[in-house]
Amino acid sequence: MLQTKKPTERPNILGGLGGWLWLAAIILPIYFIVITAFRDRVDLNQSNPLVPPAEPTLANFVRVIENDFFHFFFNSVVVTAATVAVVLIVSLMASYYIARSMSGGGQRLFSLILLGIAIPVQATIIPVYYLIRSLGLYDTLWALILPQIAFAIPLSVLIIVNFVRDIPNELFESMRVDGAGEWRILTSLVLPMAKPALMTVGIYQALQVWNGFLFPLILTQSREVRVLPLSLWEYQGEFAADIPATLAAVVLSAVPLLVAYILGRRYIVAGLTAGFGK
Amino acid sequence: MTQTVAQSAEEISDGAPQVQRDGAMRQSRQGPSFLMALPAVLFFGIFALIPLLGVLVLSFMSWDGLGSPEFIGLDNWVRMFERDQTMSSLWLTFVFVVICFVFQAPVALLLGVFMAGAQRYRALLSVLFFLPLLFSSVAVGITFQQLFSPNYGISSALPFDWLPSQWLGNPDIALYVVVFVVGWCFVPFHSLLYQAGVRQIPVSLYEAATIDGAGRVRQFFSITLPQLRYTAITSSTLMLVGSLTYFDLVFVLTQGGPGSATRILPLDMYISGFRNYDMGGASVLAVILVAVGLTLSLLLNKISGSSKMESDKAGM
Repeated sequence: MLQTKKPTERPNILGGLGGWLWLAAIILPIYFIVITAFRDRVDLNQSNPLVPPAEPTLANFVRVIENDFFHFFFNSVVVTAATVAVVLIVSLMASYYIARSMSGGGQRLFSLILLGIAIPVQATIIPVYYLIRSLGLYDTLWALILPQIAFAIPLSVLIIVNFVRDIPNELFESMRVDGAGEWRILTSLVLPMAKPALMTVGIYQALQVWNGFLFPLILTQSREVRVLPLSLWEYQGEFAADIPATLAAVVLSAVPLLVAYILGRRYIVAGLTAGFGK
Repeated sequence: MTQTVAQSAEEISDGAPQVQRDGAMRQSRQGPSFLMALPAVLFFGIFALIPLLGVLVLSFMSWDGLGSPEFIGLDNWVRMFERDQTMSSLWLTFVFVVICFVFQAPVALLLGVFMAGAQRYRALLSVLFFLPLLFSSVAVGITFQQLFSPNYGISSALPFDWLPSQWLGNPDIALYVVVFVVGWCFVPFHSLLYQAGVRQIPVSLYEAATIDGAGRVRQFFSITLPQLRYTAITSSTLMLVGSLTYFDLVFVLTQGGPGSATRILPLDMYISGFRNYDMGGASVLAVILVAVGLTLSLLLNKISGSSKMESDKAGM
């Protein structure tokens, strides 16, 4: 299935040119972040921004780390892990119901959830803010976890349903005949068959939550519960004219994902698209 | 089939367990119970559906974000529609969505097709093309803000006089700069979708076309493009609805400025609600946003027919 196109005889000059051009557009900003993060903040104004610093320094990273970086990092890990775990479990269960329910309830629920994909998160932020305040959850990590689970469900269900639907009927029937209840069918048939979809959903939603900015901006306030993206925004204020420290924070915030990417690139790229291409 | 018959025969012969068996039989006809879907329904209902209705309710109320909301009828709606900013934000949002699409879609498609090629260097480029996905919107926003800053950015780094010193500060080009940065963030993801799409096209189609003497351009338009239509629908939907509600990057890059040159609807809503403490007015803008978003999705849905239940649908 994954056959690749054979290289054509004539080299594709135009395509190659475009590819390298886009590469330049991609790399230049990243190069800029990295070299600036190592630049001494004193010689910032005397130097050309695109020439690497003559004497690279780690001082900017130290300043960022001394400003509670690891605390914010830990908050992000907690929020992302909790959100993704719950999303995977409840979406898988709901997808099983939707794909296998013969009563029409599944189809109705699916339509409702598809509607959810079209709901812009931004548009509901004011009532979510009201709700979170009323529940007494404002400025807690719960305020970030609960709504993000809800908004991750529609797309997750859509992707997983496509996989669960393709499981042959006979497999379900034979498990039932063997006396398996719905929980056993869920864990020993649906779960393994939906694994590619779960990978896609897990990676996609983890990226979304890890990088999410709107919910933290509106639903949290104190340093205690600050997550990484918000901390970058706050660093920019705190460090005011300290561009190297701000960009050092940017570099540090991308390191975990970069490491994950280096270790599991094939997995991540294939996982991201497996569910969508279905 | 034989087993089912045997089972029902057993049921008739037994007395007491019949009810239980009967339950199990019905289940096999009806599928899993609704309890399976309940947790997802609860989360989705409480934190997504109720807020969706809540935003409509709040649009008829006056609320400063702290006290308790008070019902004031249509006042917010009248006020927001008499305000010039509402119309200009709406128009700006439309322009933003269109330019975002016109810029991103062709680049993502061409890059995706290019990345799907078998050459070594293309594989290497693909690895690097992915990198923007590792940065959060805030990180990207901060980076480009510095890169385009008049004091310490590319304008001061490169010896070209014709480069403007103001990018994000210039109301005439700020929106285009924002669109470029949005593309920088999201083109990688969409080109991955297209790359995956191209790799599923059977090689035999290309071989046959080559034998028939079709060139590369001809092959692209007659094979690649038609074969990618489902990928294109998925990608376009995500792209259009995504840029309609785009907030993070624009917020970090320009805060809607200079003046209101990049004050698209989601940003206008945020500023009205959380800066000017007019949650009622902001809710009116939110309702408009929902209405436009739903209309757009329904239209796209009509075109693609992706809500159908058939499992052979290759749509999203």
